Amino acid sequence: MTRGWTEHSGRALELAMENVDTDQIIPARFMSTPRSEGYAKYLFHDLRRDADGALLSTFPLNDHADATILITQRNFGTGSSREAAVYALADAGFRVIIAPSFGDIFAGNAVNNGVLPATVNEADIDALTASMAGQNADLIVSLETLTISCNSVRVPFALSDTWSLKLKNGWDDIDLTLQHTPEIQRFKEARREERPWAWPDVAR
Amino acid sequence: MNRANTLLDKLWETHEVHRRADGASLLWVDRHLVHEGSHHAFAKISERGAPVAEPGLTFAVVDHYAPTRRAARLPDPDIVRMIETLRTNAATHGLKIFDLDDPDQGIVHVVGPEQGLTLPGLLINCGDSHTSTHGAFGTLAFGVGATEVAHILATQTIWQRKPKAMRITIDGALGLGVSAKDIALNWIAKLGTGGAQGHCVEYAGSTVRNLSMEGRMTLCNLTIEGGGRMGLVAPDETTFAYVKDRPFAPRGSAWDAAIAEWAALHSDENAQFDKDITLSGDDIAPTATWGTSPEQALPISANLPDDKTAATIEALDYMGLKPGAPLAGTQIDQAFIGSCTNGRIEDLREAAAVLAGRKARVPGLVSPGSARVKTQAEQEGLDTVFKDAGLDWVSSGCSMCVGMNGDLVDPGKRCASSTNRNFKGRQGRGARTHLMSPAMVAAACVTGTITDVRPFLAGRTP
Ligand code: SF4
Repeated sequence: MTRGWTEHSGRALELAMENVDTDQIIPARFMSTPRSEGYAKYLFHDLRRDADGALLSTFPLNDHADATILITQRNFGTGSSREAAVYALADAGFRVIIAPSFGDIFAGNAVNNGVLPATVNEADIDALTASMAGQNADLIVSLETLTISCNSVRVPFALSDTWSLKLKNGWDDIDLTLQHTPEIQRFKEARREERPWAWPDVAR
Repeated sequence: MNRANTLLDKLWETHEVHRRADGASLLWVDRHLVHEGSHHAFAKISERGAPVAEPGLTFAVVDHYAPTRRAARLPDPDIVRMIETLRTNAATHGLKIFDLDDPDQGIVHVVGPEQGLTLPGLLINCGDSHTSTHGAFGTLAFGVGATEVAHILATQTIWQRKPKAMRITIDGALGLGVSAKDIALNWIAKLGTGGAQGHCVEYAGSTVRNLSMEGRMTLCNLTIEGGGRMGLVAPDETTFAYVKDRPFAPRGSAWDAAIAEWAALHSDENAQFDKDITLSGDDIAPTATWGTSPEQALPISANLPDDKTAATIEALDYMGLKPGAPLAGTQIDQAFIGSCTNGRIEDLREAAAVLAGRKARVPGLVSPGSARVKTQAEQEGLDTVFKDAGLDWVSSGCSMCVGMNGDLVDPGKRCASSTNRNFKGRQGRGARTHLMSPAMVAAACVTGTITDVRPFLAGRTP
């Protein structure tokens, strides 16, 4: 269960790479870790550390540990469905990811953990990063107005109503769905009646 | 229905339990497949004290962490713990499990179809992005994250917004040595990894009709690499023949009713697609990736790019390749044949047709997609072909597709691979992966370089 929010303000960090897949966000070898142990230390593990595990000064995250907003390029979060990628970002403090496009499953996973995948076109991303240039400015992200502002620049982002509602309310889908239990039961019974073949033949 | 519907429309409608004002649909899930990686989701439902809503529709498979050398290697404690956790969860909730020593064990997307759990007209979810594979049967199938896995466990439903419909029509005859893998890498190279973003991709056309179920599964499997979450092929006689008499498939009158309904599972004549793409099957050449994204793929005769974009420079640098050099002739260090993309019997036959009577110049691993595929391959003598060529013949699992079981490519090493992702580090930190068809991997083994498979098939039939 995540907490809902309507406005977030925080430092942004730019990761100027496209197609950052979930294997980059968190390599597969860390995914057996229980969530309670925290996933922050695995975020971008192989991008930000050398082979001996030492932090690379060249990787942007390594000197902006206070960032809560990530600005990146097209198709962020492509690849595997691992929700661990979102755990790593969320545990490291990120609340908002700004990109021109996202991997589908990643974006859904993000929303389920209270992290906003804000779809912003490339020109607007350039305007945002230009307005941040060289300054320690905060970005303000609003789920009410669906805009991101920095200094005098204000750009819109796309987000479906469904996801906006979930983020604002911090909804847990299971509770919501359980309210539909009678409807689900009726659907199941009708389906079973009409389409017995849709149930596995376990009497083999 | 008077409106012309797409196959997606038809499948969506028969699964929609409820539609919310915001447009999200609550969908009924016919089959839920779980694996070792589903531990987060089981932890979530046990935190709430929630039971599994439909244990009879939930199936557990040991694949992601399955050691491929079952007896010889004592797997590390982490792997043992992951497999044990799945066993415990399956036992607690009364789920059928395809365990390591089960003759029906295998990779989840190979086992589902093979067991007749995957049927036309169903909705299948699994916490794995390549769940799109099952779409080859005319099945609404898509991968989900851990929160959604927990939701399905607890309710047997999923909230989903209907994607847009996209059609890729491929007509024409595929040349010798050209397979579904080449078709997929081609369209992804053409449209990019975001080409099918937000869409469900239906594959149509004579080339697709002529593909076996194995080929169709490869095509649907790779849909996710082009940004689409679901792939579809309308079911036909090829589909029905594959499904018939599978262990969990319907029988008797249920089978007859099923066939009658499945025959109507196709897009109507005038159905509108939000995106419509056509490709010529005749024009597709054997293809391999050169970079670190599946869209970075080229026909075997091409030269590597020498544009100055950051993505190209970075990918070539990671891959240790020279801009503008020919793709063919790139030296490889090792090879892998397997995965849910290309670990089925037909894939092994195609690779064996190239390798028969030849020696591999590099070490390689062949991991069949399931224990059944392994047994069948052994009955056909394919294992002998691989072993005689010098390759390792091991048990089934995800293996070197993701390396979770310890089958890894060493840093800086170059691997010709029949898998689906060439991401940095996917096969191990610093590993360099070239995706290609199993036949192309086999040819690469023979020469020790990325090479055109066609001359190696002259006079041979897979
Ligand atoms: S073989 Fe690879 S892609 Fe397929 S299920 Fe296993 S890890 Fe996922």
